[in-house]
Amino acid sequence: MNETPAYERHPRWYRTRVSTYWWTGQWSYFKFTLRELTSLSVAYFVIILLLQLRALVRGPEAYAQFQAWLKTPLMIALNAVGLFFVLFHTITWFNLAPKAMVIRVRGKRVPNLLIAAPNYIAWLVISAAVAWVLLGGR
Amino acid sequence: MAETITLEVARYRPEQETQPTFESFEVPLRKDWVVLDALNHIKDRVDGSLSYRWSCRMGVCGSCGMMVNGEPKLTCATFLSHYTPGPIRVEPLRYFPIVRDLVIEMTDFMVKLKSVKPWIVREDEKPLSEGEYLQTPSELDAYKQFSMCINCMLCYAACPVYGLDQHFIGPAAIALAQRYNMDSRDQGSQLRMDILSQHEGIWGCTFVGECTEACPKGVDPAGAIQQYKLTATKEWFKNFLMPWRSE
Repeated sequence: MNETPAYERHPRWYRTRVSTYWWTGQWSYFKFTLRELTSLSVAYFVIILLLQLRALVRGPEAYAQFQAWLKTPLMIALNAVGLFFVLFHTITWFNLAPKAMVIRVRGKRVPNLLIAAPNYIAWLVISAAVAWVLLGGR
Repeated sequence: MAETITLEVARYRPEQETQPTFESFEVPLRKDWVVLDALNHIKDRVDGSLSYRWSCRMGVCGSCGMMVNGEPKLTCATFLSHYTPGPIRVEPLRYFPIVRDLVIEMTDFMVKLKSVKPWIVREDEKPLSEGEYLQTPSELDAYKQFSMCINCMLCYAACPVYGLDQHFIGPAAIALAQRYNMDSRDQGSQLRMDILSQHEGIWGCTFVGECTEACPKGVDPAGAIQQYKLTATKEWFKNFLMPWRSE
């Protein structure tokens, strides 16, 4: 399977090995790697949410303990970094959406901005709704 | 004395060295000179043994792609004055085997290109008497952007996925497959899907997006690949829900 074809094996050709650190040499490669790695932050917040639910199920004492844990400097720092990464992840992907989706209206391609914008609007509306619930809208 | 700029040119002469080295050349810094002019100056006046490919000098043939200061560029469209005060580092296109100096081996690309059948495939040929296959301007618009590809391979040199996995079919081949898939006269999209929907096809792409940045013709291969991922996923779902379709 997947054997290197004969034309790739001439003894006199020189082949440069790609370094393990290829992604550090160029800003665009680094940004790509960051975009992919920051998905871990999304997973991180899912775990925090699950822990929160577990604390909620276990009763008021456990929940107070969970809240106290969140207020420790380490957790505040971790969450701040996590939030920054999640924002980076979200914004870079939203900006890429128009590349993958080509919508044509009356034969004309819909401008990139109009495809990216609904993502941002949905994000804002959902965030506002969550904030309303959390901040005592009830 | 006229102003000059230094070109650090990668040399690889397999009969005398086991790996590439750099050789510096002072060339006149003329406002209207591109990197290719400087290479031609070196070959004509300084060292006739310097090897590189070029042909049209006007961004059409796609032969003179090289790495200029680490970026894939058509050297016929890359002005020396853009890189003052220099030096300018000229290397062969990244990720391809080097045959000699700035000449790379491109058979891999050619084989991949051919594998996606970049031509109009017809299941039913209509008789000549019925005339041409007509196309409206908007049908032309659907694929025109992808048809601008000149096979210069700059997108391969920009793609780390291709660098890390030589089996990846690569940006230009997929963009050209899309060019024919989206052509209203073509009926070969199912044949191409067998090649493109493999792991080494579109799914190898992690959307770094540098192919589109490197493209001198505005083809947007990254866009073509992501759009095709959407098409392939939709096809898969349709075949999953309606198995009789694929028979």
